[in-house]
Amino acid sequence: MRRDVFQAIADPTRRAIIGLVAFNALNLNAIAENFDVSRPAISQHIKILTECGLIEIKQQGRERMCEARLEALQDIAEWLEPFRKAWEHKFDALDALLLRMQPDEEPAVKQGAAAKNEKRGPGKAPKGKRKK
Amino acid sequence: MLTKNPTLVTAEPGKQEVVITREFEAPREMVFKAFITPELLLQWLGPRGYVMDIDHFEPRAGGSYRYVHTDGNGNSYGFYGVIHEVTAPERLIQTFEFEGMPERGHVSLDTAYFESLPGGRTKVTMKTVFQSVADRDGMVRSGMEKGVAQGHERLDELLANGF
Repeated sequence: MRRDVFQAIADPTRRAIIGLVAFNALNLNAIAENFDVSRPAISQHIKILTECGLIEIKQQGRERMCEARLEALQDIAEWLEPFRKAWEHKFDALDALLLRMQPDEEPAVKQGAAAKNEKRGPGKAPKGKRKK
Repeated sequence: MLTKNPTLVTAEPGKQEVVITREFEAPREMVFKAFITPELLLQWLGPRGYVMDIDHFEPRAGGSYRYVHTDGNGNSYGFYGVIHEVTAPERLIQTFEFEGMPERGHVSLDTAYFESLPGGRTKVTMKTVFQSVADRDGMVRSGMEKGVAQGHERLDELLANGF
C-alpha cells in the first residue's frame, strides 16, 4: 500500500483531521468528537496519517496526543509548483499576445495592471498585428 | 487589485489527469485563435529560456502537429500529436507525446474548453488525461521543470541588475 503525503490527503476526513490538529495536538477522543464517523474509522485514518508522516503520536502522561507534521505537506506544493509556474509563464505571454491582437479594445484598468507587471505596457507598443 | 489572472493547476492524488484553468481578458474567438494559429502559438507556447520552432501544425480534425523547444545549449525537445477535434471557438482536442521518452506510447489526450465570460472575457480549462498515474506524475515532475528553474535564475539575475 502506497504511503505518502498524496495518499494522506486523498481522503476528505483525513484532510479535516489534519486541519484539526494543525495548531494544537489532540487525543483520539477529541478528534473523533468532530466527526460523525465511528471511532475505529477515525483511528484508522490517524494510523494512515502517521504512516504517511503527517501526524506524529506523542505520549503525554496517560494521553496519546496527535501532533501535525506539516512539513510533509510542503512536498505537494513543491511537486506541482514548477509545473504551474511553467504554464503561468506561457499564459502571461498569451496575455501580452492578446493585448497586441486588440490594441484599441483594451480596458484601461487592466492595461495599467499589465504595464505594472511587465515594465512596459504591451498595449502601448502595438506591433501592427491588428487582425480584423 | 489583481495584477494578473491566476493559473490554477489541479492534480488529485492517484488520478490520471491534470486540469489547468486560467481566465483571459479577451473574447473567446481571439483566445481560441491564439491556440490554433502557428504564428501565434510561437509567441506564447514556448517555455522560458527556449526557442520554439513549429515543424507543422494543422488545426483540423485528423491533422497533426510537431514542434521543438531548443534551450540555450542547443538541446532540443520535440513534441507531436494528432488533432482530433477543432470546434471553434469552444473546444480543441488533441493527443500529445514527448519524443524524448525512453519508449514510445506515453501519449496523453488534451482537451481545451473555451468558455465565454461576461465583459468579453474567456475562461480556458485544459484537461489532460494520461495513460497511467505514473505517466501523469512523471510529466508533472519532469518535463519543463529544469527549464523553468533555469528561467527563474535568469529572471532573478535580471531583477538583481535592475534590468
